[in-house]
Amino acid sequence: MHPLLAVNNLVTQFVIPEGIVYAVNGISFRVNPGETLAVVGESGCGKSVSMLSLMGLIPTPPGKIVSGEAIYDGKNLLALKDEEMEKIRGKEIAMVFQDPMTSLNPVLTIGKQITEALICHLGLTTAEARERAINLLDMVGIPEAQRRLEDYPHQFSGGMRQRVMIAMALSCEPNLLIADEPTTALDVTIQAQIVELVLRLKQQRNMAVIWITHDLGVVAGIADRVNVMYAGLIVEEANVDELYESPNHPYTRGLLGSLPRIDRRRDRKLIAIPGSPPSLLVKPKGCPFRSRCPIGKEVCQMEAPKLRNVSENHRVACWIDISSGEQISG
Amino acid sequence: MDNTPLVIVDKLKKYFPISKGLLFQKQTGFVKAVDGVSFVIFHGETLGLVGESGCGKTTVGRTILGLYPITEGRVVIENFDVAKAKGVELHQLRQKAQMIFQDPYASLNPRWTVSAIISEPIRVHHLVQSETEKTERVKELMQLVGLSPRLINRFPHEFSGGQRQRIGIARALASQPDFIVCDEPISALDVSIQAQVVNLLEDLQDRFQLTYLFIAHDLSMVRHICDRVAVMYLGAIVESADKDELYEHPLHPYTNALLSAVPIPDPKKDRNRQRIILTGDVPSPINPPSGCRFHTRCPIAKPHCKEITPEFREVGSNHWVACHEIA
Repeated sequence: MHPLLAVNNLVTQFVIPEGIVYAVNGISFRVNPGETLAVVGESGCGKSVSMLSLMGLIPTPPGKIVSGEAIYDGKNLLALKDEEMEKIRGKEIAMVFQDPMTSLNPVLTIGKQITEALICHLGLTTAEARERAINLLDMVGIPEAQRRLEDYPHQFSGGMRQRVMIAMALSCEPNLLIADEPTTALDVTIQAQIVELVLRLKQQRNMAVIWITHDLGVVAGIADRVNVMYAGLIVEEANVDELYESPNHPYTRGLLGSLPRIDRRRDRKLIAIPGSPPSLLVKPKGCPFRSRCPIGKEVCQMEAPKLRNVSENHRVACWIDISSGEQISG
Repeated sequence: MDNTPLVIVDKLKKYFPISKGLLFQKQTGFVKAVDGVSFVIFHGETLGLVGESGCGKTTVGRTILGLYPITEGRVVIENFDVAKAKGVELHQLRQKAQMIFQDPYASLNPRWTVSAIISEPIRVHHLVQSETEKTERVKELMQLVGLSPRLINRFPHEFSGGQRQRIGIARALASQPDFIVCDEPISALDVSIQAQVVNLLEDLQDRFQLTYLFIAHDLSMVRHICDRVAVMYLGAIVESADKDELYEHPLHPYTNALLSAVPIPDPKKDRNRQRIILTGDVPSPINPPSGCRFHTRCPIAKPHCKEITPEFREVGSNHWVACHEIA
């Protein structure tokens, strides 16, 4: 299948007074049309920065895209001029952010904010855009849509604001939706509503979704494929079922082992991953997980492992074969 | 764990007044954050208090420690009546009952060293005789929570979130309390760090026979760490039971919906689950719905739920629920 988006060797850094922040250290991945790719990782692993890099939303300076390309529809997004990127951003690739309060403008009505994109990207008249906005709010499950167009963001609850954000993101019928922790600030019952909404809309429109999250529970319910990130690198990628059934990277294993399960009686203490992620201010050397890894060997200190195939749909960046505990040959 | 209650909370209410106007302030109503909550916590037990944001769980935690004045009802911790405690009694109560806060960034004074932060309760409660003894005690506490005593003169910003939470735990332990309110102690931490802190809290509980009130919205973690669980909705407890009973046989429709909304980290299992998706948002606690507070979102509500407030009653061994529709 021809991928919708192909990212190759993306490197993003920030120059700050304390030195260089090595945020994204060379990641490559693809998104196929209509699929949901989950990007999982903890704070600072580079999951958000990599997506902001694709969208041309990294503030420069201090940020800098050092290398890489992102091919979408035959064009390299990272090399586009600002005007060209503006035609794609919001129209063909849209984004939903974590915090629906700070990503909406508090002094403009919801109606004004939704219609802006419709008028500027699709060239609709004000009346047409209003009509369309009402349909959109209706679609994302906001009652009395017509009346609520006149309301300001603070008059909506957190879950409703996230629905507004989704309505805005979908307003120009994008081919790809990037959702950056869209449910993290929400309660579980509201999270369930939003997840259901996005999956339904995705299916109706055959839209691809990149869902960024730290929650392995959410990933299990939404994803087709998963990228696990750690310290600016993709350490494992697999189909969702395979990742949960046979995680190969010691970090992925550690994460799954440290999670309590709501559907099981307690049978043991949680297995915590010792230590904490490495400082991003230190130039990466060797495997980023080596200081916390239970199965690491000498080679892990020297050189960062590249992604290797475990099976057709499963790749891992680790020097050690997880089943034998031996260093891989070749 | 034994069968004498350490903490008794009886029909606790906490209302926050809302006022309007700048110069001539006028009271226009109340936020009924906690509206008649009763429970007991036994010696050495962990009681989980769960619910969504705004349900009043944090207010319960703060009010029972006397951090907010009690509007109505009674709280007794180790024979101290929290509302009436003054002077020496209040001082003793503060020593016996401590708190661990949610935000490891906001709950530590950025201008104080770790040593000053952890030693404050020791100083306030005159638990040591000399400066050297105090330093020794701080180092001991740091070791206890897994921090290197070499870091004793560092400032909070030099620590990661997980380490800061350890400082907060050391501070709570410093006064040698019997009871600790843990208010979302892990929700600001990364997944790989959460398990570290939870295991630490469990070790400390075993070692010092601590009693915890564990306030959280992470229902999976609550099942792991707690002995009993109480579910709150809009200022009231709607159901409480021993943990496995509650998670395996939830009775209240809200508990059912809440549990079904929690994702399971197992794709095949998660796909085949029956989800109860609640419609709408939590109503405002300024003007809570009449009768049963949950009737506006309840999938099994009947007309009388709007009229009559359901009684919180025992329906099975140690299993309490407030719902008309449960036999």
